[in-house]
Amino acid sequence: MFQKKDFLLIATILFIIGISFYMILPVWRDKGETVRITIDGKLYGSYNLSQNQTIMVDESLGFNRIIIENGIVRMDEADCPDKYCMAYKPIKNAGQTIVCLPHKLVVEVIGEQRSHQVDVIVP
Amino acid sequence: MKIKSVAYCAMLTALAMIFGYVEALVPFHFGLPGVKLGVANIVIVLALYQLPVGQVFAIQVMRIVLVSFLFGNVSMMLYSLAGGILSLLIMLLLKKTNWFSITGISIVGGVSHNLGQLAVALLVVQNLRITFYLPVLLIAGLVTGCLIGMLAYKLKPLMERYF
Repeated sequence: MFQKKDFLLIATILFIIGISFYMILPVWRDKGETVRITIDGKLYGSYNLSQNQTIMVDESLGFNRIIIENGIVRMDEADCPDKYCMAYKPIKNAGQTIVCLPHKLVVEVIGEQRSHQVDVIVP
Repeated sequence: MKIKSVAYCAMLTALAMIFGYVEALVPFHFGLPGVKLGVANIVIVLALYQLPVGQVFAIQVMRIVLVSFLFGNVSMMLYSLAGGILSLLIMLLLKKTNWFSITGISIVGGVSHNLGQLAVALLVVQNLRITFYLPVLLIAGLVTGCLIGMLAYKLKPLMERYF
C-alpha cells in the first residue's frame, strides 16, 4: 500500500505544514482589537471589537449581517448561495477571518500591533 | 476512440458525479468550511492507472463542469477546475517518475487540489490574510488524499480484473 518514498513524501508535507504553522502562530497569539471588513479587496469599514454591534453589509453582490458581541465576531446571516461563511466558527483572535467567497467579502480581526498602523496615505 | 473506451469514460464520469453528489447529500464536515473527503477523486486516481492521459483529463473536466452546472454555480466551477486540473497535472508528473505508490500519488493529488483552490481564492478575494488557511488545507489534503489512496489501492486489482 505504501512505498518507501511515500513516507518521504508524507514527511515532507508534514514539514511544510509545521513551517507554515510556525509562521502563522505569532499572529494568532496577537489579541484582537479591530474588526475589518473588506469587499473585493477594498476596505468597507473598521469596527471596534470590544463594542457590541451589528453590521449590515448590503452591497450589490449581496447581503451579510455580521454581529460583534462580547469580543466575538460571527456571520449571523447571509444570502449567498453556499452559506459557507455562516458555517465558520465565531472569531475573536487577531488574524482570524471569515470569508464569504460569493460576495467577495472578508471579515478579519486585526490585533493591537496592526490596528494602530496607517493602512494607506492618500496624498 | 473505440466505442468501448467512450462508454468506459462515460461510465467513470457518471460514477464520479454520483460520488460527488452523494457526498454533498451526506454533509460530514470536519468542522471546517469547504473541507471534504472528495470521494470522486477515487475515480480519477484509478483512471490515471488504467486509461491514457487524454481520457483521464476528459473525465475530470466533464465531471466538474457537469456537477457545477447541475448542483452548483459558476464560481464553484472555477474553484473546482483550478483544484482539479492542478492536482491532475501534478499527479501525472509524479506518476511518470515512479517514485510513489498509488497512495502517494493520491496524497499529492489531495494536497495540490487544495492548493489550487486556495490560489483561486487568493485571486478572487485579493486578501493575503486567507493564507491563514494554508496549514489547515495542507493537513486536510494529506489526510483525505491518504484515505482515498488506500481505498484506490484496494480497488485497483478489482478494476483490472473486471474491465
